[in-house]
Amino acid sequence: MINSIIPSLRAYFSPSYDWIPKATSNLVANQPLSLRYGGKLLLREDIELDDTTFDTLCRQSYFQMIPALEQYLSGYRCKRCGNKTQHLFAKFACARCGNSHHYCRKCVEMGRVLACQPLYYWTGPPPVWEGCDDPLLWNGTLTKHQQLASSEIAHAMEKGRAELLTWAVCGAGKTEMLFYGIANVLRAGKRVCLATPRADVVRELLPRFRHVFPKTTIDGLYGGSEDKAGTGQLIIATTHQLIRYAQAFDVVIIDEIDAFPYHADPTLPFVTKRAAKPSAAMIYLTATPRHNQLQRIRTNRLPVVFVPVRFHGHPLPVPTFCSCSRLKQTLATSQAPQAFYQWYYNRKEKERQLLIFVPRVDLAERMVSSLSANLSVSAISAVHAADTDRADKVQQFRDRKLFVLVTTTILERGVTFPSVDVAVIDAGHSVFDQAALVQIAGRAGRSPDDPTGEVVFFHDGKSEAMVGAVKTIKAMNKKGEQA
Amino acid sequence: MHCLWCDKQIIVEVTWDNFLYPDKPKKLCIECKSQLTKITGAICKLCGRKSEDEQCKDCERWGGNRQWSKVLSFNRSVYSYNPMLQAMIAKWKYRGDYQLVEAFQTDFREAFKQIVRACPKDTVVVPIPLSDKRRYERAFNQAEALTQLLEVPYQCLLTRREGEKQSKKTRQERLSSTNPFQIIEVVRNPIILIDDIYTTGITIRHAAKCLIDAGCPTVYSFTLAR
Ligand SMILES: [Zn+2]
Ligand SMILES: [Zn+2]
Ligand SMILES: [Zn+2]
Repeated sequence: MINSIIPSLRAYFSPSYDWIPKATSNLVANQPLSLRYGGKLLLREDIELDDTTFDTLCRQSYFQMIPALEQYLSGYRCKRCGNKTQHLFAKFACARCGNSHHYCRKCVEMGRVLACQPLYYWTGPPPVWEGCDDPLLWNGTLTKHQQLASSEIAHAMEKGRAELLTWAVCGAGKTEMLFYGIANVLRAGKRVCLATPRADVVRELLPRFRHVFPKTTIDGLYGGSEDKAGTGQLIIATTHQLIRYAQAFDVVIIDEIDAFPYHADPTLPFVTKRAAKPSAAMIYLTATPRHNQLQRIRTNRLPVVFVPVRFHGHPLPVPTFCSCSRLKQTLATSQAPQAFYQWYYNRKEKERQLLIFVPRVDLAERMVSSLSANLSVSAISAVHAADTDRADKVQQFRDRKLFVLVTTTILERGVTFPSVDVAVIDAGHSVFDQAALVQIAGRAGRSPDDPTGEVVFFHDGKSEAMVGAVKTIKAMNKKGEQA
Repeated sequence: MHCLWCDKQIIVEVTWDNFLYPDKPKKLCIECKSQLTKITGAICKLCGRKSEDEQCKDCERWGGNRQWSKVLSFNRSVYSYNPMLQAMIAKWKYRGDYQLVEAFQTDFREAFKQIVRACPKDTVVVPIPLSDKRRYERAFNQAEALTQLLEVPYQCLLTRREGEKQSKKTRQERLSSTNPFQIIEVVRNPIILIDDIYTTGITIRHAAKCLIDAGCPTVYSFTLAR
């Protein structure tokens, strides 16, 4: 008894993926099906084949069944999303099989996992991509720092079975650092996934990659995306979408690995790791690593490469602090603090647009009217996470049709404006953690034409996060000078 | 307990009251619950939607059609079909998150108790069925799941064929197309039909007509959303 419990407990607690079956040997190639289903872990309803064809393929072991929910002594686990939160398994009388059994509530939005329905994994011949001689069509140049990181990334990708964290400051030009490594891997006929927690990052990266890898089949996957098949040699996807993959990729890159909700939702690391082959290289990109990553770097368990200088070579703008008396009372009336107006009228570059970060949604909306009255500018708008016009407003700001944009932390990353000053109102508020503040400061000075920019933290008491953010930014600038 | 919709933990404050007589565990947190709108106050006497007029515009149109207006005595519903309920029903019914039905239990039962008072004692509770194909897809019938919340006896008297796509047709075309329901067992009692949503009223009237034609004296209906 005890012997059978131990492996079961181990399987329950460690995210091992040894339940994923190996390819069946000696099967006749079927490239169209291999392309469509290779590396996929699917529900029957995701597989668009009629029953007769599908049954034949199962009998010949082109597909293999995997029970979707597994019961351990300590409870259920969903193999599709990794859920082991027991209250997210519910029991019901199933009309399909006539029994009462569980289903997984955690991943139900992506199609329902029933205890009576297995998952299917393609065990036919793996898909084959014609090695392409020169997939990369790009004649940009890399800075010294980018080059260094680029070659380390390429080396890790080629070697496989490795992790590498690229710690690159905001505006370092990290996408370009991926190009050579990815080109090598694609040339070798291997498969690459560029994943990120944020859909807007996918939408931004997709056209850039299609442009520089014109011969490669590339799919962009996010909730509501046009590409659905996900059959490309290069997949650019939100980490959510990897729920349909298992051991599919030779290289997995996670861009903005520290962004929400990657660490808040255990499903995302679970499916992202599962999507990688055991021999895969994992490349992480971030400007603000999380505590657990720092810990692993410090103890030499996670190799790291720094890119401390922006692509235009100028240092990061260092935030300044501006203390405001009676800040909470001022904010209660949806006004910006007096100190903010003083700063505004004494800015060095009055032409620069202004990004104002506030801690709450309601404040963002209400502050717009008091700002437009006091700044004598009418082109002011506010954005937040639930704003359906968000993309439009961001575009208008980019086109300089808006002069001031008031925002919550939603714009802390992933957006680039050429010439802005940045104000953070109530910077000591708990929503502005150290990473958020570093990211926010990173919005300024992005363009070589205007590589500086003012960043001001308006506060009524310095927080640890504020002090920490400035310290990190200064440390990076110092690292940049030395290098 | 965790909220069935947002999964936030629900903390119940212990007071003298609920210490001595514990409340039923809450299924939705206060914020989620507050986004559901119960239908109260003036309603349309026929379809049960919120309405200042005794008969709403929609039901006036039924009045012009003798054959169909008379088959249903009245409909009553618990909630307005607002965006929150739409999202919840979509996840429950189309995504198949069965357990969400529990979020509706208290209100659904309470409203039902009120409404059956207006029906004769021997009224039989009948859920609107699904076609075999839909039932297989969803792995449960949402109307039956709601009926089970009531914890009263019920009978499945109807079956349903998979109809053609109805959504592109006009109301008249949909009415005159063949009735998708068939009766399994004839009863002479009044009937109260249970379904998730009353939108146009066509589905419920098709079912009601089937029962009336088989000899049921009166048919009422009770739905979660209107
Ligand atoms: Zn799951
Ligand atoms: Zn079942
Ligand atoms: Zn809730």
